[in-house]
Amino acid sequence: MKDRHQTTSHEIERYAGLFAKRTRQMRSSAMRDLMAITARPDVISLAGGLPDTASFPPETFAALTDRIARESCAAALQYGPTEGFDATKSRIVEVMAAEGMRADPDDMVVTTGGQQVIDLITKTLIDPGDVVICEAPTYPGAVPTFSSYEADVIQIEMDSDGMRVDLLEETLERLDRDGRRPKFIYTVPTFQNPAGVTLSAPRRQRLVEIARERELLVLEDNPYGLLRYEGEPLSPLYAIDGGEYVLYLGTFSKILSPGIRLGWVCAPAPVLAKVKLGKQAADLCTSSLTQFLVDAYFDEGVWRRYVSDLCAIYRQRRDAMLDALAEFFPREAEWTQPSGGLFIWATLPEFIDTGDLLAKALREERVAFVPGSAAYVDGRGGSSMRLNFSGANVNEIVEGIRRIGKVVDEQMALFSTFVKKNSGDSASGIAGSGRDDVSDSQSSSEPMADVVELPRRRDERRAQGS
Amino acid sequence: MTPRRVAVLKGGPSLERQVSMRSAARVEDALERLELDHVSIDVGGTLVDDLRAADADVAFVALHGRGGEDGTVQELLEIVGIPYTGSGVLACMRCMDKVLTKHMLREAALPTPDFFAFSEIAFKELGAGEALPAIEERLGFPVVVKPAAQGSALGIKFARDARDVPEALIAAFSYDDRVLLERHVEGRELAVSLLEGDAGVEALPIVEAKPRQEYFFDFEARYEIGKTDFVCPADLPADVTARAREVATDVYRLLGCYGFARVDMILSAGGETQVLEAQAIPGLTETSLLPQAAEAAGITFEQLVLRMLEQALARDGSPAPAG
Repeated sequence: MKDRHQTTSHEIERYAGLFAKRTRQMRSSAMRDLMAITARPDVISLAGGLPDTASFPPETFAALTDRIARESCAAALQYGPTEGFDATKSRIVEVMAAEGMRADPDDMVVTTGGQQVIDLITKTLIDPGDVVICEAPTYPGAVPTFSSYEADVIQIEMDSDGMRVDLLEETLERLDRDGRRPKFIYTVPTFQNPAGVTLSAPRRQRLVEIARERELLVLEDNPYGLLRYEGEPLSPLYAIDGGEYVLYLGTFSKILSPGIRLGWVCAPAPVLAKVKLGKQAADLCTSSLTQFLVDAYFDEGVWRRYVSDLCAIYRQRRDAMLDALAEFFPREAEWTQPSGGLFIWATLPEFIDTGDLLAKALREERVAFVPGSAAYVDGRGGSSMRLNFSGANVNEIVEGIRRIGKVVDEQMALFSTFVKKNSGDSASGIAGSGRDDVSDSQSSSEPMADVVELPRRRDERRAQGS
Repeated sequence: MTPRRVAVLKGGPSLERQVSMRSAARVEDALERLELDHVSIDVGGTLVDDLRAADADVAFVALHGRGGEDGTVQELLEIVGIPYTGSGVLACMRCMDKVLTKHMLREAALPTPDFFAFSEIAFKELGAGEALPAIEERLGFPVVVKPAAQGSALGIKFARDARDVPEALIAAFSYDDRVLLERHVEGRELAVSLLEGDAGVEALPIVEAKPRQEYFFDFEARYEIGKTDFVCPADLPADVTARAREVATDVYRLLGCYGFARVDMILSAGGETQVLEAQAIPGLTETSLLPQAAEAAGITFEQLVLRMLEQALARDGSPAPAG
């Protein structure tokens, strides 16, 4: 046993020589360490994506586990089939029907959370250097997955109607000219993580058409579709396409519990066969115990009511956050207005790096958010942040936003003292400094007014600078 | 003198909490192998009570950054009367404050890159912004902008020209209310670790950090596996090695360090060593530089930990053990 601990620095260096190239893609440890502090109990965290599991009735949970113990103890403690139990699949059919999708149990595999779907699909489709297309910004949790398979990730700008499919087509044309064909398009079309925006109905149609025309796969990640707080639901891409080119990722995490780690993927048979092989290699099967739990829970017939309870809670929290943003964030800041989901994406003047701002916010105000650069693969997003409104109560949300607003105000006041004197000769240069050059390269010719992650205030200068 | 029971101080609220936890985990492993009785304390609001309850005759301070490395915890240890590893209150304050360090270096005629330092108040209330162009002219570009008190690479920005400076200042001010603008000296990055023993302070073999080209201006990548190569002992001519060790020892003495420290410097193209900063409590993780240097000198990590503890107990005027 003792030998295990005898790790010397030279041995570590020796290990470093053995690390796969893909491990180099990992984020800076300084930033990881910073994020670790956000979980401290004295910090108001708007950083996580945590559903409000406290609203789940403990007595219901106790009754369910009791029932499993009495009725199916041995089976719940046993391995299960790689693709998941039939009972789980029939519950999934029910959940998908609630969003207007007709799913066939034979087309699905039950997975260990939705995250495993991203991993399995990337593993199945991507060789090093292959192109994956996703939104800009994209789900931060997908970035390390794409990186670990050495995908070449290309991000497409969004506006308040979701991914700009016109820019998508331009990008596909450009790739075509270079003789490159993306393997799949990853999208969170409804209440996107992190931006909170929803892909409009016409764009949904067009995206599906593009996939069909070009024979491309689309991975539709839809964890939040049932968490709608206003307006009419839009058809999921999967429903529009009928499951030919659209792969569907679903999860019980946001409608029941992330702790049970249950998600699923629906895909055409040839893709599904590879996914099953991949899953066998990864973890053999999804937890039997939690599949039994879901089955027992759905038997109670209350899941729709619980989802609507959650919607009521989250709607109130979202409203509180939007009100607080209007009150405490500076005039120059912008943020999205989600009709559902868990997140708001806010963008500050570009001279503020939200990674550094997080350090100040933690140090002085004990409040946390996710710096925007986590949602990009190319260093963009530096002045944006993701704010979560599901994991904190209304008072915490208001206080948290007040505190963030305070540190932002301080940075802005300070900045004004640096540039007052020089504004005449150097302002355009400041706006065009290093980090932003990348973001201009794709879109400088496009109207920028509706692009999600960019502050409008400096757009003109940026366009000039590039 | 062998310690009877060691209190390992770790964690705390600083931004370097995680590094501290890793340093401490390694120290705890070493103490187990040394078969020394120990208790770990995650530093927080109950520290004084925890220290009293710990019944330890020595504290191993495995803290980094604000609170743990700046003299605060050291002061509390003095009050409670428990001897502790590493430098005392004053040396910790001097090392943590890069501006103070550099002023002392300059006054003692030890080489350090040209610099200017400002507090937030200077900009907010005294119009320091007006002075920026003059400073930039004096220092020349590129300029490195750093928070005065931040142990890790967080908040350190590289300004290639005047247009980068305001953003870099805002970033640095996120970590401290004082910042340093320092002339960037191109050259090789050297870290000289110092360790005291019976024969006084000894400069250990020099570690050279060689950032891979693509990460050259990414300060946060500097001390990560795979992004920087570390060479120990650094491949340097004997006279350069001797000079760097001598300068580091001078810095150690000047700042009044005790037990151990690490001095980071740049070896300029002209062959001159320029001191950047000193760390009162350098990292002790698997990838940290002081343990690497000790190892190159034939000192195992356990021996290193033991020596640090013995030094703590042998400190002149160190308070009598509590209880």
